[in-house]
Amino acid sequence: MLGKPTSSATAPEAILIGGSAGAIEVVSLVLGALPADFRTPVVVLVHLPKQRPSALAGALSGKCRLALREPLDKEPLAPATVYLAPPDYHLLIDEGPSFALSVDEPVNFSRPSIDVLFQSAASVLGPRCAGVLVSGANPDGARGLCAIQQAGGLVAIQDPDDAAQGAMPEAAIALCPDAHVLATTEICQWVQQLGAWQTSPRRGST
Amino acid sequence: MLSGEFDIELPLLLEAIHLKYSYDFRRYALSSLKRRLEQAMEHFNCRSLSALQERVLREPEVMRGMLAHLTVQVSEMFRDAGFYRALREKVVPYLRTYPSLKVWIPGCATGEEVYSLAILLREEGLLDRTLIYATDINPEALHKAEAGIYELDRIADFSKAYAEAGGRASLSDYYTAGYNAAVFDKSLREGVLFSDHSLATDSVFAEVQLITCRNVLIYFDRVLQDRAVALFRDSLCRKGFLGLGAKESLTFSSYAAEFAEFVREERIYQRR
Ligand SMILES: C[S@@+](CC[C@H](N)C(=O)[O-])C[C@H]1O[C@@H](n2cnc3c(N)ncnc32)[C@H](O)[C@@H]1O
Repeated sequence: MLGKPTSSATAPEAILIGGSAGAIEVVSLVLGALPADFRTPVVVLVHLPKQRPSALAGALSGKCRLALREPLDKEPLAPATVYLAPPDYHLLIDEGPSFALSVDEPVNFSRPSIDVLFQSAASVLGPRCAGVLVSGANPDGARGLCAIQQAGGLVAIQDPDDAAQGAMPEAAIALCPDAHVLATTEICQWVQQLGAWQTSPRRGST
Repeated sequence: MLSGEFDIELPLLLEAIHLKYSYDFRRYALSSLKRRLEQAMEHFNCRSLSALQERVLREPEVMRGMLAHLTVQVSEMFRDAGFYRALREKVVPYLRTYPSLKVWIPGCATGEEVYSLAILLREEGLLDRTLIYATDINPEALHKAEAGIYELDRIADFSKAYAEAGGRASLSDYYTAGYNAAVFDKSLREGVLFSDHSLATDSVFAEVQLITCRNVLIYFDRVLQDRAVALFRDSLCRKGFLGLGAKESLTFSSYAAEFAEFVREERIYQRR
């Protein structure tokens, strides 16, 4: 393959977090720990019953120092923003990078599906994205996380013993055995370090 | 996910489809298009897009099958109750001032949106003076839209959405329940013209007061979105209304300045 060699020091252009049952608590902690000057866009997808306005925005607002919103179709990813996947649409990353939405059939019984988001990000951003998969009771996201890793991106999985629901992390560990398996507090640090790389790349050599 | 050769073959396939069948998918949003092409490869048991292209070019029935993969027929009645409430409460008062009305529903798919709007207009006393153009590029979808028959197990959700959207009666007033299907009252579609029209290749055909085009633009890239929005602008009368899907907007459109936000949170715009 042509193109740049994939180096583990590539600063991600986006950090993607996926989860399902029991994920909101972890996600709140991760987002809550982010400093106000955290530049890297963060995209959060948590399976929730469809409703508007989304329960996710309600649960997370006030817990995070960064701007928080559901992206519109074609919206470019902007720094210092946390994007929440809207209910009842698939969320994808397209060229730009910008967001794309679709109402295609559910994948893994889910819309939005974490696989759909992660696979699109892997295909568009390659090594310039990072993925985290946390608590959940279904296997959505495992294949997507694998795709990110194969494209050279960094990936982490919540330790199933530390997760409210272990099935989602376990499915991901089975598919991508080389991923970092981290406890919640370590996920918070890991995500922060990914962002720090963008301002001073040299600090990235952990 | 596939890459490399796939990315080379993809534009070639779209070009071939365009040359042979005049369907133009060349400016569709890439990331979701790629997923659907992967599904099509699997469905037709092709190892590569080139192999699929070979079949599409030589076997017209494969192209018919491809349409089902390339276009997404997912729809619901009264999807997003707030949108229909806003139409009823904020747009209908303007529509009332016209002696006769024309409405365009591009990308009407299997018709759920058409019947939703027809019911709303009937309840507001406007359906009798309204002509609705319901258009799509998928002929199978148009047939289903025209038939107005939906599986009974979807009706509970539709009824709930209808009530949330401010429905004045009971949805069951508008259909007859058969063995496992609900057949919508044909008087609802007396003023509906179902026809083939592509936002990618066709032009404006009528002046209308209202366009609802929901969850169609998300499948286009920005260039094709601009083409479609230009058609909407040229088709709408001055002060006519455009309703988009919940996550669609004119924010990133080249023609944003030609529309005003009318009900911002429901993506209803008014032509300036
Ligand atoms: C997801 S459906 C939207 C259904 C309905 N409007 C709704 O919101 O429930 C998208 C529809 O757009 C149609 N479509 C795709 N490309 C089109 C084009 N170039 N011109 C017109 N319709 C198109 C597809 O065939 C499909 O029926």
